[in-house]
This record gives sequence, C-alpha cells and structure tokens, in this order.
Amino acid sequence: MKQIEAKNVNAYYGDNHVLKNIDMDIMPNSVTAFIGPSGCGKSTFLRMFNRMNDYIDGFRKEGEILIDGIEIYHKNVKVEELRQKVGMVFQTPNPFPKSVYENVVYGLKVQGVKNKKILSEVVERSLKQAALWEEVKDSLNKSALSLSGGQQQRLCIARALAVEPGIILMDEPAASLDPISTAKIEELITGLKKNYTIIIVTHNMQQATRVSDKTAFFYVGELIEYEQTAKLFSKPVNAKTENYISGRFG
Amino acid sequence: MSKVKINRIKDTIFEYVGIGSTLIGLVVLAIFIGNILVEGLGRIDLDFLMSLPSRKPERAGILTAWTGTAWILGLTALIGISLGVSAGVYLEEYGKKTRLTSIIEVNIANLAGVPSIIYGLLGLEIFVRILNFGGSLLAGAFTLALLILPIIIVSTREALKAVPDSLRQASYGMGATKWQTIWYQVLPAASGGIMTGIILALSRAIGETAPVIVIGALAYVPFVAQTPMDEFTVLPIQIFNWVSRPQHAFITNAAAGIIILLFLTFVMNGIAVYLRNKWQKKINW
Repeated sequence: MKQIEAKNVNAYYGDNHVLKNIDMDIMPNSVTAFIGPSGCGKSTFLRMFNRMNDYIDGFRKEGEILIDGIEIYHKNVKVEELRQKVGMVFQTPNPFPKSVYENVVYGLKVQGVKNKKILSEVVERSLKQAALWEEVKDSLNKSALSLSGGQQQRLCIARALAVEPGIILMDEPAASLDPISTAKIEELITGLKKNYTIIIVTHNMQQATRVSDKTAFFYVGELIEYEQTAKLFSKPVNAKTENYISGRFG
Repeated sequence: MSKVKINRIKDTIFEYVGIGSTLIGLVVLAIFIGNILVEGLGRIDLDFLMSLPSRKPERAGILTAWTGTAWILGLTALIGISLGVSAGVYLEEYGKKTRLTSIIEVNIANLAGVPSIIYGLLGLEIFVRILNFGGSLLAGAFTLALLILPIIIVSTREALKAVPDSLRQASYGMGATKWQTIWYQVLPAASGGIMTGIILALSRAIGETAPVIVIGALAYVPFVAQTPMDEFTVLPIQIFNWVSRPQHAFITNAAAGIIILLFLTFVMNGIAVYLRNKWQKKINW
C-alpha cells in the first residue's frame, strides 16, 4: 500500500517551471532520499507534501499528490491537519526561542492539548525517540537556544515527533552540522524508520547511501531516476545520474 | 603652504566646528535644566503634588494636572496600543503587497510628520463635536492616540520584520495557523521592539500641549477626574498657565511642574532604551 502518490506534478514560481511531470510512489516505513544539484526542484517537491510552498508568492502547481489516498491540495483538506500528519525538519535548526519543554509541546499546544500529564509524557517520549533525553532531561526549562547546533536539530526532530506525524520531511537536516552531529542524525533516521516514513533531501551522496532505501535523482525540474538506493548508486540507468553520482557535475 | 598642510588645517577647523555645534545644543540645555532646578526644586513637596489649583501661588498644586496626565496616558495607551499594534500586525503579516498597501505605507509615514495642532483640530471636530465627547478625557485620549498611532504602527512593523522567517516556518510546519504563529511566536519575539516604540510614542503624548488645548482641556480644573467623561487638565497646560501669570511665585510653580514632567519623560525614555538594548541582545539567534 503506497503512502504517498504523486501524479503528474508540475510546479511553477511565476513563469519559472520548476517541476516537470513528476510521478512518484513512496511506501510506508521507508527512507527516501532526494538528490540532485542546487535548483533542481528537490526541495520544492519535498515542501509540496506539507504544502509549505503555499506561502510563496507566485507558486502554482498542477497534478495531484495523494497521502494515504487523499488529495492534499483538495479544498476540503485543512492545511493545519495535513501538517500534523506530515512533520518537517528544516535545513538550519530553528527551535523557538523558548524552553526545551515549550518547543516539544508546541504542536500539541496549537491543537489545544492542555493536560500537563499528557504533555510531560509526550516530552519524554519524543526526546527519547530523538536521542536527546539523556542530554536535556535536567534542563527542560532551559532556553533551547543554549543547546549546541546538533542538539537543536535533534530538538527540532523531537518537536516534529511529538504530534506523531506518520511522515517526516527533512530538508538537508545535517547541512549545518559537524560530522559527529551528522552521524547522530543519520543513526536517528535509521531508527525512526520503524514507525515513520521519512523523506530526506540531501547534497551528501554518502548520506543518501547510508540512510535511504530508495533514491530519487532530480535534474532541472525533472525526475531522472528513481530506484532502490543500492541499485541507483551501483548501476544507474541514466547517463545524467551516472555523471552526477560520480561527481562529474553538480 | 603645501597641499597636505592645507588639508590638515581644514581637518582641524572642521573638528572644532563640530565640537562647537555639539556643545551649543548641550550647553543651552544644561543651562535651561540647571535654571529650572534652581528655581523649582525647592517648591516640590508632598503638598505641591497633592494640592488642587489655587489663585494663591503658595497654595496651588498639581494634583489635577498629574492625575489628568496619568488618566490621559492610560487611556491613550489603551487605545493607541490596541489600534497601532493590530494595524502593524495586519500590514506586516497579513496584508498582501499591493499598490494599495504601499500607498497606505507612504501615508502612515507622512502622518507621523503632521503637526500636532492639526490632530487637535481633527479631534475637536470628530471626538468633541460629532461623537459628542465634549472636552473630556476620552476626547483627549482619542486625539493623542491618533497622534501617536503612526509611530506605534511603524515601530511594530520594524520589530516584526526583524523576526526571522525560519521561526514562522517552524510554527507553520507544526500545524499552527497564521494567528497562532503570530500570537505564540512572532509577537513574543518582537515584543521588545514593539514595547520600545510604544513607550517612545507615549512619552511624546504626555508632552503634547497644542492638541489638548484645542480640544478644550482646561487650565483650571478644581477636581480630580473620576471617569473618562470628566473634564481634565494635564501637566503641560498647567505649566503654560502658570508661566503666563505675572506673579513670580507662579513661575516657581511652573519650574516645579516642569521638573516633574521632565522626570516622567526621562524615566519613560530610559525604560525604552533599556528594553531596546535587552531585546537587541536577545534577538541574536
């Protein structure tokens, strides 16, 4: 059973045609990596799954994206509910300038959950899932901005996990982190696969091979190749893919 | 003389002209404040603060004036903040960037430069006559709120602009609505800047004289205002009234009143500077 189904998706920023006729199916409990040179449309495509492009002036799309069989751009779909099901982790860690605790409970708070006991349980569970609990359990009331960059990013992951989203989008989650923090995030992704469907945009091809089950290669708005990661990196079918993964451009 | 030498001399001359220009302003102010302090400081005591106005200068006090100023300040803040911050939030967070909004923007900037007497006349027509508030606190507060509205709107927008977009994205990404994002994240992050603007605007409002005279605030009010519909006076009007009297003892009263008014403005500006510094340190994320 497919969890995400993109059918003939086109996207535009004004006159700029940034995604061209994309078809893609994504299975539950898998990690999918989007790779490709800058400006190839991979981030735009990722952000369509939780409609974060809605705020960009001049953005327009054609085609359908179904999540669990529901067209997410349909007028009956409430974008807030969609984003509770499809969480997101951004390129630069962006915790709220509030306490660690406040950061994790935010998603529940906006849904109106006030029960302290439930909130505390969620904080502990989410921080444990994000492998941050041991480091912050004694300082939940400290400002999130006092954490290191890697810790902040894991906090952002915990914040996304707190509402049990099902799907998590990660837009180059380790791009601004050091190698040790990056390794922790990758380990985390592999662990989360049991319960979540993860899509990750990355510029780091080793990272794609380490964490993902399937990889999609984008080039100038087109989906060039979408395959099992092992196969895409060892026996790419398309010449462009081969050139890119062997470092000849991009 | 060599070219270098001439340039050196020009440099020195300009330096002294600069020092001179700076000093003229400061020295005049210092003499003024010193003069006022010598004249009025001895007059300030509890009786002066707690007495009603009187024909006899030694019995006259500023009770009605400072309570009037406090009333006006409170009401103006209430009206000015709610209208100004909402308008700022709308223009910055909701308003689409169209020709209309850019026209509104230019006009708000212009409004900040309109002479206060014009606001007074506007207030006289709309609040005193059409809405029939009379020469009441409410009419005064609405007029002054109108006067400081542009300052509050502009500083609110500046503060909101300084909030990084990544914060809004994070909030939207968690399924928050636009209003939740503004209320829980953007406004708290911008609060320091907004507060600074509000306090500076209010410290301008308490010093305004012309518009409140125009709407009919009285110099002689022998009672403390009890409701927003009461007639009132404020410190600047009381001071103005006293300096126009022939007896020297009233001049002493005026000096004492000026000290109180200056003290209030300095305190408010001090708070504004403190908040701004604190906020600037915090916003480095």
